[in-house]
Amino acid sequence: MKSAVLVFPGINRERDMARALKLASGNEAAMVWHAETSLPDGTDLVVVPGGFSYGDYLRCGAIAARAPVMDAVRDFAAKGGLVLGVCNGFQILCEAGLLPGVLMRNAGLKFVCKEVHLRVERSNTPFTRGYNAGQVIRVPVAHGEGNYEADEKTLERLEGEGRVLYRYCSPDGTVDEQANINGAAHSIAGIINERGNVLGMMPHPENHVEDIMGCTDGRGLFAGLAAHLDRAA
Amino acid sequence: MLTNEPQITPELIAAHGLKPDEYERILKLIGRVPTFTELGIFSAMWNEHCSYKSSRIHLRGLPTKAPWVIQGPGENAGVIDIGDGQAVVFKMESHNHPSYIEPYQGATTGVGGILRDVFTMGARPIACLNALSFGAPEHPKTRHLVSGVVAGVGGYGNSFGVPTVGGQVRFHTRYDGNILVNAMAVGLADADKIFYAAASGVNMPIVYLGSKTGRDGIHGASMASAEFDDDSAEKRPTVQVGAPFAEKLLLEACLEIMAADCVIAIQDMGAAGLTCSAVEMGAKGDLGVDLDLDAVPTREIGMSAYEMMLSESQERMLMVLKPEKEKEAEAIFRKWGLDFAVVGYTTPSKRFRVKHGGDIMADLPIKELGDEAPVYDRPHVAQPARPVIAAREVVPPVGVAQALAKLIATPELCSKRWVWEQYDHVILGNTVQRPGGDAAVVRVQDGPKGLALTVDVTPRYCEADPVEGGKQAVAEAWRNITAVGGRPLAITDNLNFGNPERPEIMGQFVGCLKGISEACRALDFPVVSGNVSLYNETNGRGILPTPSIGGVGVLDDFTKSATLAFKAADEAILLIGDTQGWLGQSVYLRDICGREEGAPPPVDLAAEKRNGDVVRGMIHAGTATAAHDLSDGGLLVAVAEMAMVSGIGAQLLAAPAAIVPHAFWFGEDQARYIVTVPAGEAGLVLAKMKGAGVPCMRIGTTGGGAIAIAGENPVSVASLKSDFEAWLPAYMAGSA
Repeated sequence: MKSAVLVFPGINRERDMARALKLASGNEAAMVWHAETSLPDGTDLVVVPGGFSYGDYLRCGAIAARAPVMDAVRDFAAKGGLVLGVCNGFQILCEAGLLPGVLMRNAGLKFVCKEVHLRVERSNTPFTRGYNAGQVIRVPVAHGEGNYEADEKTLERLEGEGRVLYRYCSPDGTVDEQANINGAAHSIAGIINERGNVLGMMPHPENHVEDIMGCTDGRGLFAGLAAHLDRAA
Repeated sequence: MLTNEPQITPELIAAHGLKPDEYERILKLIGRVPTFTELGIFSAMWNEHCSYKSSRIHLRGLPTKAPWVIQGPGENAGVIDIGDGQAVVFKMESHNHPSYIEPYQGATTGVGGILRDVFTMGARPIACLNALSFGAPEHPKTRHLVSGVVAGVGGYGNSFGVPTVGGQVRFHTRYDGNILVNAMAVGLADADKIFYAAASGVNMPIVYLGSKTGRDGIHGASMASAEFDDDSAEKRPTVQVGAPFAEKLLLEACLEIMAADCVIAIQDMGAAGLTCSAVEMGAKGDLGVDLDLDAVPTREIGMSAYEMMLSESQERMLMVLKPEKEKEAEAIFRKWGLDFAVVGYTTPSKRFRVKHGGDIMADLPIKELGDEAPVYDRPHVAQPARPVIAAREVVPPVGVAQALAKLIATPELCSKRWVWEQYDHVILGNTVQRPGGDAAVVRVQDGPKGLALTVDVTPRYCEADPVEGGKQAVAEAWRNITAVGGRPLAITDNLNFGNPERPEIMGQFVGCLKGISEACRALDFPVVSGNVSLYNETNGRGILPTPSIGGVGVLDDFTKSATLAFKAADEAILLIGDTQGWLGQSVYLRDICGREEGAPPPVDLAAEKRNGDVVRGMIHAGTATAAHDLSDGGLLVAVAEMAMVSGIGAQLLAAPAAIVPHAFWFGEDQARYIVTVPAGEAGLVLAKMKGAGVPCMRIGTTGGGAIAIAGENPVSVASLKSDFEAWLPAYMAGSA
């Protein structure tokens, strides 16, 4: 696995992400500055990490989505390369047109940092093969704008095509409004694009990869990606 | 003299917060009438906030040295050595006045300012903490202030990308008109790569970095040096606006140019902005400074020299760069999209000269600006000691079990989850112990070292007896670090008081400092940085004296830290430390009996040290399976906290006959801890303690789903927890 972590001004979870990637694959991730116009040779995973790119001052993700490096990411994705966007990264991928929909202000109108439970909806994707379908994992969220919304038709397609990979749920896997921490449509926490090679998710699996964090449920995502890419390689 | 500047009149002098005798001092110092800009500079340098004129002589008595102290008070932040070439840089600072006027921006700029203090010294911030004091819940402004301040603290730290891992939140009517926002930042640096403010070398370029200068925050420091009245809302324009995005860029750019070895001296522009930072760099380096304001990046047109010198626009830095590295440094700043401008030079003259539009707007002796600021030994009176309340004379209005259920849901003791869930406390992936425990524990880089961090003070104790209250604040910080297994190293103090011109307030200040000094000495816990905030007073009513103590300790192996959660059923619960049943100034006496009275519990520093060292030893040896310090609410509240976080209850023995039950369970005697040990080891531990002369008794056994005291109704842990969690969200939603 040869991953590239994008760094936009204001991104702040790039180190957390690089550490998780290294833990899963043994390889150091390349940190790629937003002004670059190409990705390092041999990149097989692009990660757009969390943070507040450009302060989220215009609209979260809107400015970063137009950065020079994003053209390279679009090309990479068009060729089938794997792209993972977490938190602000999810917002950036939506703004960049790589994923449908938009992340709105949390329904509770407050920033929320807490552990949540996610139901893994499918396991037959590179982003979930480290888990079993229906498995419940525990990971933290830390966002003010994670309320996923899309028009009815898009939501129907996402559901019909099995593109919702992670959903907020209770510890026993029940998906209901009580567990839906930010009011997202269909309790959506993470979705993939049509081709299945781009994932955007609000929660932070990279913050639950070591015992010291109190939980290692986030490892499965990275381990699955590493296994997938190493097999392909 | 300049003709387009306002005439210096007694009214103008008074409006700058300068007393007539202080103005006389200026005349004597410079031998002429100051220009308008110079008057502004003096008001910025000589206000209470920047000059510490009322507090300075008393601060000198604080212990500030230890073999592990690299830098004590006087720089942007304190620095301590944690071994292996690593240093911890930390400080706490208040942003009280601005936060009352404009809670969101006041709080954000408080957090931003303290983060800047830490990374100015070359450290990457790794954690934030805070201590927030609000007015009574029923006060009409409280909800609005809580909501704004919490959003502001989070808004800045979350975006900047540092975890907010701990703190305090309290409510008391004495903060109705003056809330306190004390923010602490902790950073990590290489011990041999600390950066300081003192300039060196003549004719070195002084570089302005960061955001542009605007008209915000003019006179911010002066505003913070006066008490409030009914028109305080009109001071809103003196509050600065924070931009965490700009600060994040500034952080990365600063650390990058420091790593590239470009920096000779660096000073952030905080209170009194360009004035204070330039004067400090020159004065500390025994050099003069010439500034050319035409070069200062501004975001508004037509700014006068006066406005530029007094602006407190945020996210700005002043540096002296190595001349040969100027181009390299500029390229780094441009990469991060930040302003970079050479705005002056160091000179051999020891004058502070400010040029604007070709005119000399100020020409002042640079050392005297700081050194000759007035110093006051203000009159202070100690208050009469309050009577000791005999526990037997306090008639319990409700039973022990009922009192516990009620206490756990009070604003003082309830869960503050509503607050800390708005702070990103997991970013950076090093948070070992999250908010809600005794001290937060943060891993240092990849470990195994960890830091234990806490903020403590019990203002009602300080009000009732400043000396004992000052001691207790330090002792509790020391105890909280100890209770997670940390070795306490040093503190930062943030001293919040009322109007120092009143002898009784000055008496509180002097008393608290005496107590803090004594405790720091006894516990080998020096003060390495701090901040004083006076005039926290509205219409003559001062706050409770609130010397917030931010403590830092180290763990050689963070995996050997203890948490307060009960780990298993059938473990022995041991109480370490002497229990007399001290009810004076207890939460029980106030919130159950309706009496805010009496002398606070005395602090026996020798007992603190002895008991704490024993507990830390048990944690390191792996004997203690859980540990918790006893503080507000006393023994039973501490047991309940251990139960609620684990879901495991406790069967407790009845109170000893010598102490009335409500005093035994809710008294706030100091120097105490609860630890749990496997039942089979309890006898041995008790015998050892007896041998070592450490008071220790078994009070019960873990297990079950309730807190069950022999002879009392059991209280279910689940219902306690639900009450514990309910109050604050309900209050903020307007339903409590």
